[in-house]
Amino acid sequence: MHYHWNWSVFLSRVPSGETTYLAWLLVGLQWTVALSLVSWITALVIGTPLGVLRTVPNRWLSGFAAAYVAIFRNIPLLVQLFIWYFVVPELVPRHLGDWFKQTNPLFQEFIASWLCLGLFTAARVTEQVRAGINSLGRGQQGAGLAMGLSLPQVYRYVLLPMAFRIILPPLTSEFLNTIKNSAVATTVGLVELSRQAQQLVDYTAQPYEAFISVTLLYLALNGLVMFFMHVLERRTRVPGYMVSR
Amino acid sequence: MYEFDWSSIPGALPYLAHGAIITLEITFTAIIVGIVWGTLLAVARISSIKILARLAALYVNLFRSIPLVMVILWFFLIVPQAIQSLFGGAIQDIRLTSALVAFSLFQAAYYSEIIRAGIQSVPKGQAEAAYAVGMRYRQVMLLVVLPQAFRNMVPLLLTQSIILFQDTALVYVIGLGDFFGTAQRVGERDGRIVELLLFAGAVYFVICSASSYVVKRLQERTA
Repeated sequence: MHYHWNWSVFLSRVPSGETTYLAWLLVGLQWTVALSLVSWITALVIGTPLGVLRTVPNRWLSGFAAAYVAIFRNIPLLVQLFIWYFVVPELVPRHLGDWFKQTNPLFQEFIASWLCLGLFTAARVTEQVRAGINSLGRGQQGAGLAMGLSLPQVYRYVLLPMAFRIILPPLTSEFLNTIKNSAVATTVGLVELSRQAQQLVDYTAQPYEAFISVTLLYLALNGLVMFFMHVLERRTRVPGYMVSR
Repeated sequence: MYEFDWSSIPGALPYLAHGAIITLEITFTAIIVGIVWGTLLAVARISSIKILARLAALYVNLFRSIPLVMVILWFFLIVPQAIQSLFGGAIQDIRLTSALVAFSLFQAAYYSEIIRAGIQSVPKGQAEAAYAVGMRYRQVMLLVVLPQAFRNMVPLLLTQSIILFQDTALVYVIGLGDFFGTAQRVGERDGRIVELLLFAGAVYFVICSASSYVVKRLQERTA
């Protein structure tokens, strides 16, 4: 193979001369982390109440949550992203759409990716929260109600604290999925990690270095999240509830 | 208010159908190759040969840790060029081949985890009984363990395949004209991106909802 390996390519300057290719990679990493984090928080904030609604006795409320999950789970993530980016700005009131289209392109790409990834992941969080609450058994809820707590109080003080501790492992993999799914934002032009890999291939003659570095960065992110979630899992484990691994 | 105009869709149906064939081609190739390769990986991962188990675990964990977009790009931008510089030969339009290889290898990692759980869900006594009547490893696996394992995991494999079907839209990143890519292109061409994207979303929604429903019924029946 006549490939000329050159890892120092990252230290050379980009055509515009302002920064190095390494800085490009770090910018990509920043956007990947920023997008994943805000989407993950959004998903938890929306997914938790929806997961609760999935389990309440009221048929309309649980039906609403079920419909949300069905819509966001049965349309490909990429299609959802394009709908947020290209379709929604056309369908909202004109002044809002025009304002959005005149903002900084990076802002547009980030907002669309954030809404897309946050609401998509929320549907998955909903299902996990529902599974967690359902795994508790009727007795917990009954005991709470018997003690004179109202239904919201039963959720707040009895069911949810237990459910979250139980579903921490599947939530960890959902968070990892969010990081991986954030690469989809490359299709609307957001300069996250996978976009930077493609840019480096276009700008330098060192495609292998670019792709290996970006892949390693994804692996490192993955490892970091797993490490912190394991620590959290150990701290919050319900005694006697889960067999230690 | 936005004024909808759906008139460009009927004329585009032949193109969209052609794109849908590519989507299905990738989906079914990845299902078949992925399940076969995933089964081998699962068997390797629980085998008593340490090095084999390690390699299979490495493969599965690697593919499960990186975004599908990156995998597709690897097999489009990097791997073909590496193969070419090793063996020579000109590179033609490799987009479809790249996509088929990328999706098959990627899905195998996900299928193999399902299959491994399925194999481990078959009670040990089954394999022991098979050994006791004089079967060899191959026979135990092929005739006793795997048939029972697959029965248990059909719903999960199907659910994973629905996810795969949705994920095929990502071939957009290498410019392959699958169903979604074609819809997007027609929309750009006619200035009707809103309608075409909503149409594509609706088609995926109907297909995936119907498939999920069938899987759910199947699950209730086998459970």
